[in-house]
Amino acid sequence: MSSDTTPVLEVKNLSVALPPGGDRTNAVDKVSFTVKPGEIVCLVGESGSGKSVIAFTIMGLLAKALRPVSGEILLQGENVLAANEERLRELRCTRMSMIFQEPMTALNPVMTCGDQIDEVLSTHTKLDAAQRKAKIIGILTRVKLPEPERIYASFPHQLSGGQRQRIMIAMALVLDPVLLIADEPTTALDVTTQAEILKLIAELQGSQGTGVLFITHDFGVVAEIARRVAVLRWGELVEMGPTEQILSRPQQAYTRMLISSVPSIHPVHRGVRLEKETVLRTEKLGKTYSAKSFFQKARVVKAAVDVDLDIRRGETLGIVGESGSGKSTVARCIARLIDPTEGKVFLGTTEIATISPSRLRPHRRRVQIVFQDPYRSLNPRITVGDSIVEGPMNFGLKRDEALGRARKLMETVQLDPNALDRYPHQFSGGQRQRICIARALAMEPELLIADEAVSALDVSVQKQVLGLLDEIRQRLNLAVLFITHDLRVAAQICDYVAVMSQGRVVEYGAAEQVFSAPKHAYTKSLFAAAPGRNWEFGKFAAA
Amino acid sequence: MIDFIARRLVAIIPVLAVVAIFVFLMLRLTPGDPAAVIAGDNATSDQIDLIRAKLGLDLPIWQQFIIWIGDILRGNLGESFFFKKTVVELIAQRLQPTLALSICTLIIAVATAVPLGVLAAYRHGSLLDRVVMGFSVMGFSLPTFVIGYCLIYVFAIDLDWLPVQGYTRIEVDFWGFISHIILPSITLGIIYVALIARITRASVLEVLNEDYIRTARAKGLSNRVVLMRHALRNAAVPILTVIGIGVALLIGGAVVTETVYGLPGLGRLTVEAVLSRDFPTIQAVILMFSVVYVVINLLIDISYTLFDPRIRY
Repeated sequence: MSSDTTPVLEVKNLSVALPPGGDRTNAVDKVSFTVKPGEIVCLVGESGSGKSVIAFTIMGLLAKALRPVSGEILLQGENVLAANEERLRELRCTRMSMIFQEPMTALNPVMTCGDQIDEVLSTHTKLDAAQRKAKIIGILTRVKLPEPERIYASFPHQLSGGQRQRIMIAMALVLDPVLLIADEPTTALDVTTQAEILKLIAELQGSQGTGVLFITHDFGVVAEIARRVAVLRWGELVEMGPTEQILSRPQQAYTRMLISSVPSIHPVHRGVRLEKETVLRTEKLGKTYSAKSFFQKARVVKAAVDVDLDIRRGETLGIVGESGSGKSTVARCIARLIDPTEGKVFLGTTEIATISPSRLRPHRRRVQIVFQDPYRSLNPRITVGDSIVEGPMNFGLKRDEALGRARKLMETVQLDPNALDRYPHQFSGGQRQRICIARALAMEPELLIADEAVSALDVSVQKQVLGLLDEIRQRLNLAVLFITHDLRVAAQICDYVAVMSQGRVVEYGAAEQVFSAPKHAYTKSLFAAAPGRNWEFGKFAAA
Repeated sequence: MIDFIARRLVAIIPVLAVVAIFVFLMLRLTPGDPAAVIAGDNATSDQIDLIRAKLGLDLPIWQQFIIWIGDILRGNLGESFFFKKTVVELIAQRLQPTLALSICTLIIAVATAVPLGVLAAYRHGSLLDRVVMGFSVMGFSLPTFVIGYCLIYVFAIDLDWLPVQGYTRIEVDFWGFISHIILPSITLGIIYVALIARITRASVLEVLNEDYIRTARAKGLSNRVVLMRHALRNAAVPILTVIGIGVALLIGGAVVTETVYGLPGLGRLTVEAVLSRDFPTIQAVILMFSVVYVVINLLIDISYTLFDPRIRY
């Protein structure tokens, strides 16, 4: 076919300048690539690599502070960098469309989904109301939403994350654009939903011959969907080539490092359990939320039901599950950040689920948590040193001693002890997570809970923090409860794994056993959905 | 929803009870004797006692309270000590100017403030934004009576376009009514323009950073549609709240404005009643204002559901 040879998108020598005073002059530096019809090209890179900036430049949606300074972006031969605002508006959704990372916030909460798609049609076409409605129902059916008529009249908050992303896809593709830009469209979704959305995008673009520019940080997704891959770093194109070649024979050291940072889905061998001392045990732990209402029947949500777990000294227990499975609820009940409604929690020999807050206080020290988002879990107004010593000082340690302990811990987490008087914004995400770990360790806990503690980090940083956590566990013979949605991470760090679904533990056993021979249907579906499960990342063929 | 409205209406009763007790006691405990005011400067103490007995003011306070509450429950707000009319008649007579002033003020305020706020948010950091925000600081800072006399000087005395003071009832002469109500409404409205413009700017500015605004732009919609259809409706709840508080506060502002422009409204009635220790009138007016506050707040809460489908009662 002749159209196969003319690319739908040609980015030539594109540079986008950052405002003066940034850490580099250009957000994007002399980047060139093409997307052909019917082809999925992945832009891969860690945060700050400039991949989203490229997407927004193509759509003409760049923040005012960023300015394209050189190069061309040809959409079917037309330079969109030279197009005026009106022409850009005409092109959006008719020839190029974009879907975003957060389906939860990308739709207008006060308009029905149908009206939001209808806007696209009434802006760009002359169809009458009945024709528009028919076309919308058609596209809703194509993105496989159940009961299109009901969905048409629904507001976004009445739909699940996956359904909302389907609405976004429907909106983007309703006018059959030649280019679809997908900016991390599955990052905020659960793995099983992610697998369905990836499949849907591949199907739709295949049938219409749409060119897709797919932005992601996840090599699993790349392996799943891309035909060609472009690796970005600090705004520069490091390497580009067919997916198979980039994944198995990368030429550049950076690409090799990035790919080998992806945790393997095959668990490491941990040996047999020798430890006898149980640090934490839960018995039929449950948490029920009920919304009381004066006139209606109370609404009851069982967030956790009959959860039995135990963790011994020096072991890591992983709780794996999708959002809403109850894994964080269990962690919070164990730390008594929320009060469990049923069952018991034994910390050593002390039962802490039911004791009064004043009697609980002395035991608080024994369980410490590291949270998901290192950007929001440190108080921005106080120095990291003060954050670390605050806890021990509450428990009676003198400031000098607490500071001494903080300095030692900074070394433990491989940070400069002299940085204690700095503020959180002076550290990167990975460094902040190390500080959060130091803060938790400063209390000398018996149990460390890591609630999605590496989920917000780039793979290379994630690898380092995971290594650090494992090393600390060994050195201090610490019990760790590791909450994660990421099977690869769980495979690398857990001795035991509990798989949760709808508030219940559906499978529980040694990590090696659960990963190599999952028994429960839900666990199996979880593994089947893991992107790139057939790839062994980082085992490169000789170049 | 029906539950919600019913519950809120029932909740008015304790509010009124508390207001009633409080107002009644406050008036009896403040110095000043209505009988002495009515009797005039040259009355003897016997004459004053006689008037006091006639008004029932010689009874113990608790008896007076029970009689008053009993009357109210039977729908009788009593008779003014001073104006020699029933309180209901008095209020009916004075209602129109205040109502007209409040409604005109509200229309002027919302019609100018919301577009100004949206524009300032859209062009934030620009000259227009700074002018609007500067104006709003000024609007807050200038007392109503200063603005009132300045406007009278310019438009009524200097340019002679509008009457200085007074009121024409709407049913008598519509254009006369408009010419009398326009300056007072602008005077009273300026502070609300300032308030509503600021809050509109702030909430629209916040909404403009939301992901769905980016989505709307990625759809190829024009800026006007993005602003009016997507941004403003999402910014509506805080704006409505401020408008609601504004309406409640209007009544207070109306006292000064009605005095400056000589409008015979409820604001002036309240001032006159207080000065003459006209207990039944003061009590009735304050009770009525409390009902108005509660009902306005209820209407605001209900109006949220029109703008945001996620809010359900």
